This record gives sequence, C-alpha cells and structure tokens, in this order.
Amino acid sequence: MIRIENINKRFKKLHALNGINAQLNKGQVISLIGPNGSGKTTLIKSILGLVKPESGNIYFNDESISETVEYRNHIGYMPQIGRYPDNMKIGQLFKMIKNIRSQKEWDEELFYRFKLDTILDKSMKALSGGTRQKVSAALAFLFNPDVLILDEPTAGLDPLSSEILKEKIVSEKEKEKLILITSHVLSDLEDLTTDVIYMQDGKIMFTKSMIELKQETGEEKLAKAIAWMVKNALQKNELSYLKIAK
Amino acid sequence: MFKISKYVLYDILRNKVVLAYTAFLLIVSFSLFQMEENSSKAVLSLLNIVLIVVPLVSLVFSTIHWYNSYEFIELMLTQPISRKKVLWSEYTGISSSLVTAFLIGVGVPVVIYNFNATGLALILIGSLLTLVFTSIAFFASVKSRDKARGIGTALLLWFYFALIYDGLVLTILFAFSDYPMEKTTLVLSSLNPIDLGRIYLMLQMDVSALMGYTGATYKDFFGSSLGLLYTLGIMLIWMIVPVLLALRSFNKKDL
Repeated sequence: MIRIENINKRFKKLHALNGINAQLNKGQVISLIGPNGSGKTTLIKSILGLVKPESGNIYFNDESISETVEYRNHIGYMPQIGRYPDNMKIGQLFKMIKNIRSQKEWDEELFYRFKLDTILDKSMKALSGGTRQKVSAALAFLFNPDVLILDEPTAGLDPLSSEILKEKIVSEKEKEKLILITSHVLSDLEDLTTDVIYMQDGKIMFTKSMIELKQETGEEKLAKAIAWMVKNALQKNELSYLKIAK
Repeated sequence: MFKISKYVLYDILRNKVVLAYTAFLLIVSFSLFQMEENSSKAVLSLLNIVLIVVPLVSLVFSTIHWYNSYEFIELMLTQPISRKKVLWSEYTGISSSLVTAFLIGVGVPVVIYNFNATGLALILIGSLLTLVFTSIAFFASVKSRDKARGIGTALLLWFYFALIYDGLVLTILFAFSDYPMEKTTLVLSSLNPIDLGRIYLMLQMDVSALMGYTGATYKDFFGSSLGLLYTLGIMLIWMIVPVLLALRSFNKKDL
C-alpha cells in the first residue's frame, strides 16, 4: 500500500533519514519504535508530504506522492503535538474540516465517546494537552480512512480515554486497514501490533513481524523482545569495533 | 479554493485590525477633503499618505497574519489540499480584505469629493500597491521560518522601497547630472512600485507642470494610454513574481 524507496533527509548536519526502505501493507498494524530523535516523526511527515525528502521516493498504491495530494484522502493523521488555529472553537474546527473535505459520511464514534460534543464552544487555545490529543484522534478517524498514522497517540491521555482509543484502533484493525503507530509505551502496542520497525539514528535497524520477533528472541513480551534485539545488535556493533581495534 | 479563502477571511475579520485600518483611512481621507478647499490639493496630500501607509500596512499585516496562521496552514496540508491551493487561498484572503479596506477607506471619499481621472488613478494605484506589497510580504514570510526575522525583513523592505530607494536614485542622478537621464530615471522608477505609482499619479495632476523638462518628457509618456499600460504591466510583474517565488520555496519547505 505504501512503499518507501531509499529516502534521505538531512536537517543541516543531522542525517534524520538515512536510506530508508520499507513496504507497508493493508491489514498490518506497524509499530514504529526507536529512541528520541531517531527519525520516526520525520519519516511519518515524509509520508504525509509535510517534509520533503532530498532523494528517494514514496509510493501510495504505486503512485508517487510527490505529484498528487489525492492520496491524503485515504490517510488519517494524528500528530504528536496537535497544533490548531488558536481562535477557533472545537465545533468550528470540526465543521471546517468537514466542509473542506467533500466526503459526506463521517465516523464520529470517537468524537462522541470523548464527549467532545459537550465542549463545542471551547476555544482551541484554552484546551489542555489531553483534550487536544482527543481532538487530534477524533479528526484522524473522522473520514474512515484506509490508512491511519498515529504519532504517539496515547501520550497525555488519561487511562480511560487511552482505553477508548485503543479499542477504536483494534476495531479499525479488524477492518483490514493499514495502521502505523509510534509510541514509547510499548505495553500499549502489545496486543495491537503485527509488525515492528525499529529505527535508530535515521536508519531502520530491523523490520520484523511479531511472530518472527518472538521466535528469535524467545521472549513473550514486546518490550523484552525489543530490549533483547537492541542489546544483541549493540553487542554485534561492539564486536566489530573490537575487531577494528585489534 | 474559495472554501479555504473563506476561512482566511473569517479569521481576518475577527481580529478587527483590518476594520481599524479601514476606519483610519476613512478618517484621514474625509478630514483631508474637509480641510482643503481645493479637492485636488487634498488628493495630493492623500497620495502622499497612501504611498507611505498602504505598503507598510500591507507588508506588516500580511507577514504577521502568515505567521499567525501557521497552525491553520499545517492543518490544511495534512488534508488532501495542495500547497499551491493553500498559498493562493491565503493570498486571495489577505489581499482581498486589504483591497476592500482601501476601497472603502479611500475609494469612497474620493468618489464623493473628487470623482475624476486623478481620483480614479489614485484608487487604482492604491489597490495595485496593496496587491504588490502583500505579494512581497508573502515572499518574505515564506522564506524565513523565524517570526521576528520575517517581520524584520518585511519592515526593512518597506524602508528600502519607501525611503532608501529614493536616496539611491537621487545619488545616481547627482553623479550623472551631466548626462541626459530621462530614460534612465524611467527605468529606475520601474524598479520600485511606490516610485512608479507616485510618478504616474503626479503626472495625472497639474503639479507636473512644475517639474520642468523632465516633467514634460514624462507627461508625454505617462499621460498616454501607453503609459497606463506600462504602469499596469510593471505593477502586475511586481505582484506576480514575488508570490510565484514564494510558492516555489513553499513547495520545497519542510513543515
């Protein structure tokens, strides 16, 4: 569904994306994990066309995304930090987005379950971080898109809302959608994820399905499996350094 | 595209700066026409104010508005809307509101008190200058991500076009005062939309008689319909080129 071919992006000296290749398919729930500053958000923004890579291509259903914007009709994006026009009210924001997208059928489940309909008159600048996240989530799911890109969806949400959002993600997963999630809370990803992409310093260290990962590491928990992988990968690195030193 | 422009306009109307600008222009225009007995003299004073205020307000307001709608722009770009469409919607939204403010604030009093070719030329030049400087402001604000730098650049550009440029032209004219400079000054004036507007308007008025031989050559040119076409053409270039450059760098920009 989404194919990423050898993309590179530098921010001044920082090599934020270094030759990234990936293939994301329908029905997958992909967890994109890695330390802070490893290029996760930059990769997501490149898929959305918000960041322009220096080289390489991204294809959505075999169409290069640099020539069209139509593909964004099929993507619901929940940003890490949702920034919205300050002087708009929640109600106006949703009305505007609905008005701009000509689609007439909406999935307002999250909108109502997060009780956003009770605070329509609240202005966006007066919102707490958590409520902002709720607005972002409701907007991402609003148009029932085929692809969901969620950048740290549960950060800042209270446990109850976090649970509502997870339920929603599971129900979307069953509809054979492609879901791409980044999160540092690995326990949140545990029961959702089918594939893992681990990034570090702008490179993909490994791409593995959950089953492969569990077999290889012999661990049952995602967090432990990742820790095992990282440790082993690091050891390999150290070994190669030792060889050079000798 | 107009769907998005509508929201831009809505946002502008709500913050009331454009309304204040309209009121300011209205008060200045009416008081000038009230104070001066000779309405064409009032148009001359009005011209000087328009040439200073219109570029300044267009530049500063457009720049600040651009930075303030950054979240809006970002939000639009996560939707299936092209960058071109977003930029043009912003441009049409801002420029149409500023032109409307000018047409109400200066246009209405001029039509009431001094409805003739000079008056109409003033309205035309004022509207064109608004469009030109909004376009230049877009270029300045797309180029720099930093708000203070963007607004600073806009202000410097205003200083350059409104004050410094005239000084430069004078220096050149002094330095080459032994040579015939009519053609050169014509070209030099095209490099600054404010100057072009001023010369075009002056030559529509009687004051051009005071400008001697140069005035006479100019009058020949700018008084004709060719002069009008020339002024319009240069203004259009000044309007389109910066906004196209802005679009080009906006297309490559990371958000």
